[in-house]
Amino acid sequence: MKFGVVIFPGSNCDQDAYFAVRDVLKQPVEYIWHQETDLDGYDCIILPGGFSYGDYLRTGAVAKFSPVMNAVSEHAAKGGRLIGICNGFQILCESGLLPGALISNNGLRFICKYVNVRVANNKTDFTNLCTDGQVLSIPIAHHGGNYYADPETIKKIEDNNQVILRYCDEAGNVTAEANPNGSINNIAGIINEKGNVAGMMPHPERAVESILGSDDGKLILQSIVERLS
Amino acid sequence: MAKVNVYVTLKPALLDAQGKVVQGALENLGFDKVQSVRMGKFIEIEVDGNGNLENDVEEMCKKLLANPNTENYRFEIVK
Repeated sequence: MKFGVVIFPGSNCDQDAYFAVRDVLKQPVEYIWHQETDLDGYDCIILPGGFSYGDYLRTGAVAKFSPVMNAVSEHAAKGGRLIGICNGFQILCESGLLPGALISNNGLRFICKYVNVRVANNKTDFTNLCTDGQVLSIPIAHHGGNYYADPETIKKIEDNNQVILRYCDEAGNVTAEANPNGSINNIAGIINEKGNVAGMMPHPERAVESILGSDDGKLILQSIVERLS
Repeated sequence: MAKVNVYVTLKPALLDAQGKVVQGALENLGFDKVQSVRMGKFIEIEVDGNGNLENDVEEMCKKLLANPNTENYRFEIVK
């Protein structure tokens, strides 16, 4: 299988994602410039973290009109795998490929630290190597990671098992204290209805070797390979 | 040429963290009559006034300037 990592002006986790796929997962991977319009041949597209187009106006608002995003939408519509990490998640919400939106963290601080997330659904393309309820240690680094959707949407995605990760404490308890940014119901990652598009605020690509502090992020990325192999 | 003023604000249901910080600062300054502060964006657009300007600006707001999930918008056309 082949991965593609999209680079927007302002992407800054593209090389981390590339490294994680090539050097840790040992899978073929290529960079995709934001002006590309053809994504044939890629099995999984990664929208990496960063500040696409400076995130002026709103996070992800300008990126959604990049030439590459038409091809990204087509890739998703055809059932191809797509994962947005941090700014990539924000872009997927802005584009309507995932429900909801990400607003400023409660407290308005940029937060950069390891957090614990609990796997809420291990039957997905992105979590199948995890056990249900497993606690993963993965870092976050964001100012606008506060997941928001209207109550109707929240009910729909929860009933449909579309929440894949929730912020929790070390023991796996989903508590208000363990919520770093104010996200509704501690939501840290979701998938779309079809299950082929995922978005998450924590950075799995930054937690792929124990020397980095954790290799739990590898489970997320390796799950994609597992499902497609 | 027409000028359009667009105002984008967070929906009332959302916590406006920026507004809260400013509200706290105003209270610290002794302005204890302040009940609430909401902050938003002000976008000034100069545009060729031909055609259906109202519809065009509506489209601009829906497509790019505001996120319908989280924000409300209003605009005024200043000739």
